[in-house]
Amino acid sequence: MVLKIRDVSKSYPSRSGKTQVLQDISLSLGAGESLALTGDSGSGKSTLLHLAAALEGFDSGEITIGDTQLSTLGEAGRARLRQSQVSIVFQQFNLIPSLTVESNLSLHARIADRRDTGWEQRLVNQLGLSELLHRFPDQLSGGQQQRVAIGRAMALRPALLLADEPTGNLDETASEAVMELMLDLLKDSRAALFLVTHSDAIAGRLDRRLYLRKGRVS
Amino acid sequence: MIWAAFLTLLSHWRRHPFQLIAILVGLALSTGLWSAVQAINAEARASYARAAEQLGQAQADHLAPRSGRQLNVSDYVALRRAGWLLAPVLEGRVGFGAQGYDLIGVDLLNPPPLSLMDAAPISTGETGETDISVTLLPPGQIFLHPDTAATMDPEADVPPIVTSLAVPRGTVIADIALASRLLGRPEHLTRLVILPDQPLLQQPLADVAPHLVRIEADTAGTATERLTDSFHLNLTAFGLLSFAVGLFIVQGSVALGMEQRRGLFRTLRSLGVPLTALMALLAAELVLMALVAGSLGLTFGYGVAAALLPDVSATLSGLYGANVDGSLTLRPVWVLSGLAMALGGAALAGARAFYALWSMPILTAPRAGGRIRRAERSFVILAVVGATMILGALLILWQFDGLLAGFLFLGGIMLGAALVLPLCLTLLLRFGAKTAKGPIAEWLWADTRAQLPGLSLALMALMLALAANVGVGTMVSSFRLTFVGWLDQRLAAEIYVTVDNDDQGAALAEWIAQREDARALPIRWHDTTHQQAPLRIYGILDDPTYRNNWPILDALPDVWTQIADGNGVLINEQLARRHGYGPGDRILLSDSWNMTIAGIYSDYGNPNGQAILSLPLLLEQVGPIANRQFGIRIRPREAAQLIQDIRNRYDLPPERVADQSTIKAQSLSIFDRTFVVTDALNVLTLGVAAFAMLTSLLTLWGQRLPQLAPIWAMGITRKNLARLDILRSLLLAALTACFALPLGLALAWALLAVINVEAFGWRLPMYLFPSDWARLFVFALLAAALAALLPARKLEKLSPSELLKAFANER
Repeated sequence: MVLKIRDVSKSYPSRSGKTQVLQDISLSLGAGESLALTGDSGSGKSTLLHLAAALEGFDSGEITIGDTQLSTLGEAGRARLRQSQVSIVFQQFNLIPSLTVESNLSLHARIADRRDTGWEQRLVNQLGLSELLHRFPDQLSGGQQQRVAIGRAMALRPALLLADEPTGNLDETASEAVMELMLDLLKDSRAALFLVTHSDAIAGRLDRRLYLRKGRVS
Repeated sequence: MIWAAFLTLLSHWRRHPFQLIAILVGLALSTGLWSAVQAINAEARASYARAAEQLGQAQADHLAPRSGRQLNVSDYVALRRAGWLLAPVLEGRVGFGAQGYDLIGVDLLNPPPLSLMDAAPISTGETGETDISVTLLPPGQIFLHPDTAATMDPEADVPPIVTSLAVPRGTVIADIALASRLLGRPEHLTRLVILPDQPLLQQPLADVAPHLVRIEADTAGTATERLTDSFHLNLTAFGLLSFAVGLFIVQGSVALGMEQRRGLFRTLRSLGVPLTALMALLAAELVLMALVAGSLGLTFGYGVAAALLPDVSATLSGLYGANVDGSLTLRPVWVLSGLAMALGGAALAGARAFYALWSMPILTAPRAGGRIRRAERSFVILAVVGATMILGALLILWQFDGLLAGFLFLGGIMLGAALVLPLCLTLLLRFGAKTAKGPIAEWLWADTRAQLPGLSLALMALMLALAANVGVGTMVSSFRLTFVGWLDQRLAAEIYVTVDNDDQGAALAEWIAQREDARALPIRWHDTTHQQAPLRIYGILDDPTYRNNWPILDALPDVWTQIADGNGVLINEQLARRHGYGPGDRILLSDSWNMTIAGIYSDYGNPNGQAILSLPLLLEQVGPIANRQFGIRIRPREAAQLIQDIRNRYDLPPERVADQSTIKAQSLSIFDRTFVVTDALNVLTLGVAAFAMLTSLLTLWGQRLPQLAPIWAMGITRKNLARLDILRSLLLAALTACFALPLGLALAWALLAVINVEAFGWRLPMYLFPSDWARLFVFALLAAALAALLPARKLEKLSPSELLKAFANER
């Protein structure tokens, strides 16, 4: 299994004591598999994705990525895991504005010291970025920025690809194209995809689908 | 509607309190330092005015002797007989015990419009009376400020004292008869004050006393002010620099406050608030801030001025002999001008942001992208303006002379260089990014470049403060080094003696002449004027001491032979520069006394003209002069015994028989105190610059998270990100310091070669002090690290959920 979540709960402190965001969540995801997580606003989708990305800690349960149990890791360990195993595609793209498309694309792989220029070139071609490599993010359209964000995540060849509303800022046509690309690339890399979306159409294209309601899987 | 809109605008500061603090503190600091300098200047000028008023200078013209001539009591008598209504004044320096005082002798029966006698004395001395007859009859009385009286040596032979607040500090006023006795100049006067209501018929001055010249009141009254003007201009320049550095903080914060509220402005306008009303509300907000910050700044400035004034007072006294009260008075004009500066500064700092708001269309969404490149394009424009200013400054230096031209040159290169800095840093960072190895280094260089628009103002402020430090530090250290060497040359004699009177002086000279192991070098002079400026002419005996030690800058061949033969005169550098004299030129020492200038010597710490010639020639030309001071040459190991012998033989107190090292130490102590104020302002300006950096980093904090969060998500820990943030600040500070060094050296050159020459009349050699630069470089890094520490610590302790907000929809 690439990702295994078992009985995970998460709460945040609030004025009234604490707010339970996730409760006893369990799921698993193997290599090459894809899973769509849908649910109402505020149901905890993004929080679950952040927990799976080792960006945040949880109250109870266990999350395992590959052979590593997240509860045993400190911040530095979680950072190392993110460097080498996990890539994230954000809805806001979150490209580095001060770096060119080329540098943005290779950044994560280079941080992990796992750069594969042949694979990068293939990504560039498939994502249609070859003309944009020397531009800066603010010189790109939303769709172009999202393609760069997907390229950056895929350039690492991660075991686990997490995507939080990756097409939320794009129109329907652009969304279709981006998803098509992402699924194509996943076939080549054998990564597991855990995707948060509001869109039934996108969720329908993945292997499995889970619905989150008030912090519980239904 | 207006009130609701105003409250909505103000609500921004509740969410961004640090921005508000940055504006208030920045404005308060800049107003404070500026006001401190103004308070010091105002206090000093008020003291000069008080001193002038004591002599009636402010109201009346006076008569003074032409160059090389003297004013005698007989001239006064002749003029009175010719119908002139005059009041005689005799001035000089008198010693009571170890202390020296400015003595002013006036005719108390026929006084110029003195306020002294109007003021009720607050206490009396031994006589317990202030009856005019007591003052006039021997032993007479002297009038002093109570603070001056407190400095009197109780053992000293002092006439009865009357204390009065109307007398300037450090000054002693006496009846002219007593003053003549104390100064040992019974037949001499310094000048004659022309009283008001002169009779219609009086003989022309040219007929009665052709060797006297009438000097207009305004020229005479500002003599001290003229001398000290350069010092006050220096302080004003520093105040202005501090003000500018402070404004950098304000401009950054005001602009950010406006930028962050662009959405709010659009919303308010969409809701029906007219643009003019919005502008008026924002202006009211800025005025409110300026008044609060101005009040804080005035309080701070008053404290700084009160702390620095005693040192300024010592400087002015040591350098110019001008007495300034050590206490500070709160003046309404100062308060109003301070508040006006705060308002003006706020207007200047906010002008660009207001213009941007004025030209912002209501419906255009804020431009999300391209901020960095837009800023870099503006850096190019700034650099062009800056380069033009530097060229203009060079042109001013080339085309014009004078102190104002010197300061315009300094202002031009400083401000010009500050404007060029952001572009230079951008180019360097671009180059750094190209040569970077590894993704983190590449990101760090690129991210540093991305931060430049937000930090550029703080970095400009830092560069100005560092350059001022390098420049002023180099000037002061060069001056000190030169001064120490000059003291070694000028104070060549092993012992310096001041005896009680001329008879004792003659006896001492004769006694020393009989000894084989010692030589006495008389220090005798005659005070006169040259082109209406004071000139002191020293007469010296031919001695190897002068030939081997005197700090000659430029001279004819055989200069000392010419001096010894009475064929030439040496003049000091300031006299030569003031009138463009060089070796070989002729100088008029009195109406009919012309001499060839045989050489020019350096003479630091003295603003007035000075000349040296053969003593027999001087005595022949001007008649008898005081013979009370001597330098004595003796083998150093025998000096202590001779000092003891002289003291015993002539019953002289220790301070009247000083060895060389004591005098050197005193001179150096005066020198060092002179620059205490400069040092303090230097440190304060650097502090303000460091604060500018801190406020910029903290106000940028909110904008940083979306740029840091993706890097953190890729597996760089918050701790490492915090370290990288500190490294980024260090990198920027180091690069800025590298630019500040040449600018500082240019500043030092300008101070030494332009400003000092114009202000004081001497040019100093420029020495380089790399260890000082290294120390300053470390200080700059330390300031940058300290400024970055708080934001970095905040980043390290930031909860992941805060970083995750960067990825959320609401951001």
